[in-house]
Parts: sequence; C-alpha cells; structure tokens
Amino acid sequence: MSEIVSHQPRGISLQRINAMVLRYWYLLMSSWPRLLELVYWPALQIITWGFLQNYISQASGFFAKAGGTLIGAVILWDILFRGQLGFSISFLEEMWARNLGNLMMSPLKPIEFLLSLMIMSLIRLAIGVIPMTLLALFFFGFNFYAIGLPLIAFFCNLIFTSWSVGVFASGLVLRNGLGAESIVWTLMFAVMPLACIYYPVEVLPVWLQYVAWTLPPTYVFEGMRSLLIDHVFRADLMAWALVINAILFVASFAVFLALLQSAKRNGSLLGGGE
Amino acid sequence: MQQRGTGQAQAPAANQAPAANQAPAADQDGSAAIDVAHLVKVYKTTRAVDDISFRIARGSITGLLGGNGAGKTTTIAMIMGLVLPTSGSVTVLGAKIPDQRYDVLGRMNFESPYVDMPMRLTVRQNLTIFGRLYAVKHLRERIEQLAADLDLKEFLDRSNGKLSAGQKTRVALAKALINEPDLLLLDEPTASLDPDTADWVRQHLETYRKTHNATILLASHNMLEVERLCDRVIIMKRGKIEDDDSPEGIMARYNRDTLEEVFLDVARGRLREGAPEGTP
Repeated sequence: MSEIVSHQPRGISLQRINAMVLRYWYLLMSSWPRLLELVYWPALQIITWGFLQNYISQASGFFAKAGGTLIGAVILWDILFRGQLGFSISFLEEMWARNLGNLMMSPLKPIEFLLSLMIMSLIRLAIGVIPMTLLALFFFGFNFYAIGLPLIAFFCNLIFTSWSVGVFASGLVLRNGLGAESIVWTLMFAVMPLACIYYPVEVLPVWLQYVAWTLPPTYVFEGMRSLLIDHVFRADLMAWALVINAILFVASFAVFLALLQSAKRNGSLLGGGE
Repeated sequence: MQQRGTGQAQAPAANQAPAANQAPAADQDGSAAIDVAHLVKVYKTTRAVDDISFRIARGSITGLLGGNGAGKTTTIAMIMGLVLPTSGSVTVLGAKIPDQRYDVLGRMNFESPYVDMPMRLTVRQNLTIFGRLYAVKHLRERIEQLAADLDLKEFLDRSNGKLSAGQKTRVALAKALINEPDLLLLDEPTASLDPDTADWVRQHLETYRKTHNATILLASHNMLEVERLCDRVIIMKRGKIEDDDSPEGIMARYNRDTLEEVFLDVARGRLREGAPEGTP
C-alpha cells in the first residue's frame, strides 16, 4: 500500500463517516436555498396548524381540554417526515451529482454511508424543527419541550422509523435510478393515514386498526395523546414501538443491501439516471 | 495468434512475444495486477462481455480499445466490483472481486466520464473529502502537491461546477491520484481536453507509472493516446477480445501504420494479415 495512506481498520471507520458528514455539511453551507428550505416548510406547517388548533379549541370543549395535541402532532409528524427526507435527500444529492460511482469505488462501506446519512438527517432535522418548536412557543404558547423525558422516547421511535423508511426508499432509488425519486417524497405519506397522527386509532375500522398497530408511529401518536390529554405516559406503547422499530430497521438494511446487489447485477451504479 | 480474433478466453501473456521495449503482457510469476478469467456479463438478453480472459502485469499501462458498446466500460466496472459478473472471475492486486474488494479499494482509484465530482463543492473541499475517504496522511500537503502537479492551484477554491470541462477532467484526475493508487482505472482520461493539456496529462500519467510502478488500465477512443501510453492493447468488439498485443505488434499484424487504421479495420470487419477467411 502507498505510504501516504494510513492503515485502515477492517470494520467501520469513523474517519470515513466524518468525511461524508463533512461532504454534506459543505453542501448545505454552500447553498442558502437548501438551508432556507429546511426551515421554510416546517415553519409554514406549524403556523397553519397552530391557527387551526386555536380556532377549533374555541369551538370545541374537547380540543380546549386537549390543548396542544394538534400542534404536538404536527411537530412529531415533522420529525418523522423530515427525518426521512433529511436522510433521503442527502442520498439523492449523490445521485443528482453523479457521485455515487466515486463513493462506491472508494473504501467507503455501505454501512458507513448509511450512518453518515443518519447523522445528516439529525443535523437537517435540528435546523428545521428547532425553529418550528420556537414558533409554536412564540405564537401559540405551546412548549414542546415541556413534554419532558417522554419526548426522548417519542423522538427516538420516530427517528428510527424515518431512517428505516429512508434506507428502504434510498435502496429503491439506488436500484431503479432517479426515475424512482418520487418514492422518496411520497413513501412516508402512505404511512400517514394509518399512523393516526391527528386522530385516535379507534377511529379506524377494526381490521385497519390491526394494520395501524404494526406501524411504530401509531404507538408514538397514541402515546402523545395519552400524555397531553390524560397526562399518562404509556411506557408500554413506547416499548412496543421500539421492538417493531428494531425489526423494521434490520429489515430495511437487509433490503438495502439486496437492492445494492441487484443494482450491481443490473449495472445501474455507474449510471444512476432514469 | 491462433486464438486471436475469436474473442474466446485466452491468456495472451503466455502466447505472445512481447514487442521490443515493451513490458511483458502479464506477470510471469502469477502476481498480475489484474487477472480476469472467463468473464461474462449478460444484461437480460445482451451479452455485454462474452467470455474474456486477460492478465495485466504490475507496472504496465494497458489500453482497452473498442467502439461504443464493445464492453470496455462493463469490463472496467466488473474489475472495480461495481458490476457483478454473470460468470467468470476477477482478481485485483491479489484480492477476489467482489468478495475481497474492500481489502484493495484503498490501493485503487478511478476516473470515468460516467461520474462527476459534486458541483457545488470547491475543488479543495472535494479533494479533502476523497482524501479522508482514502485515509490520506498529511492531506493538506497532498492536495497542494496535486494542485501543483496538475496545475489546479488557481481554482482550488472555486466550485467544481464553475470549471471548464478540461479543468474538471484534471480535478477528476487529482481525485484519482489522491491516494497514490497502485492500480489506476481510467475511462477516457483525456476526453474534452485540448491537445496541449491532453498531452500534458499523458505525460503526467507516464511519469506517475514510472515513479510509483503503478498499473494503469485505460479505456480510450484516442488511438494516438493509446499508441503513446500503452505497453499493450486489448481490442474489444461486441463483448469479445478481438486482439491483444503491444501496439506495434497489432499494427504489424494488420499491416497498418497507426492504431486508428487498425481500429477501423476491426470496427468494419476487415481481415488482418494472415487471418483465415471467416475470421471476424
């Protein structure tokens, strides 16, 4: 080996993960539209839904009692959705830049690549959601952080789901090229009606309730309503969500690796077009 | 030359007389930089690469020639492990590809027109990231050195998207050399460069090979480039190896003065000297 190259560990390399995070950081910092977009949509969401919550809480005794459930749900949904987008958009940046071949030819391993995308999803999420929570506090007096420790359980479960969906969607784009890009933007919305973000699970037909309970976000949103309305933290719901998340997470990795192999068989790694 | 022109599996090194002043076609001691055996790639119904075999000696420069769709890029992609073969085997620097590719990826690098460097990042940022991916020591100094060698200094802090095509090619070459690879795979390395810069890049590659005893495999349509740079030429057509020898040997066999004339003969199916009737 060339003398200018350091010895590399056989396992996961933090240096390579750092390099990829730095790559996305450079990109974010070089583009104010990208930064603005991170803040713009969450801000718009919270303002729109916040005023709606204000309006219906004046007209409905239930919503007056369940103050903040709508705003809380909007913020948690954004963690789920923006977490996945943060992951997938960083991946798409490589496809748009036609840089995937360079990365795949470098010593960067798929697991390191995915870990760097997860870190970037957290960074992008922080840039978008923290201002959103401050707007909720400023405009509507809803202190998201007053949820306290349960917030950590909500956040962890939602971010794990978002990564699983992100890994799966990225694998599909990797295999099928940018023609499959719309999956990245729309896949999470398939979860939306069943995750019962704005309404309790009992609203669904009984058979659909079984489907809903297979999705980790359902447990989180039920847990949030339980906390905000009944002031009870349902640790059992969070534990179930964690178990399902662990299964989803492993499955999404396995699917990603299978799609990567398929892309190598198909010869689509160097192209990456439509 | 009995197997030539059939595209069948062959071990050219063993049955070719190396031309004078040329490196041997492959290592005699079995430590070839690249060892390809009976490689086949089928995409649905298309045989992109059809049972090819060759070995490439360490420290040599080999040109992969062929028209569009000849299978050059697919062959290089299989050597890199970016495309999985349908059958056959590839060994690179002693590692089986794709199973052991992470053992040797740090010793390889490549440049291809099918990939780009991120456009919004500056040249320095791009080289920093790839330098870190390849765990290059003293990275700052290495980037400065590459910038001096490849005449990149004046636009090190310019974003890649604002460079001319020729400048981008030089940046891609800098990325390909960042880890001082033992094996360099190049797809059209001087495409879109003006003749002066192209000549300068070729000179740089020659010097790099000599100073680092590096192995270079390049796919090119530029026959003059191949004539000047390569110890050996592998001509591909429709996924098969059509011919494999030193540039001088091939030109002599086709009774031609330039590789370009040979290329046209191959592309248009004209017979080479002494080839039996019916041979492609």
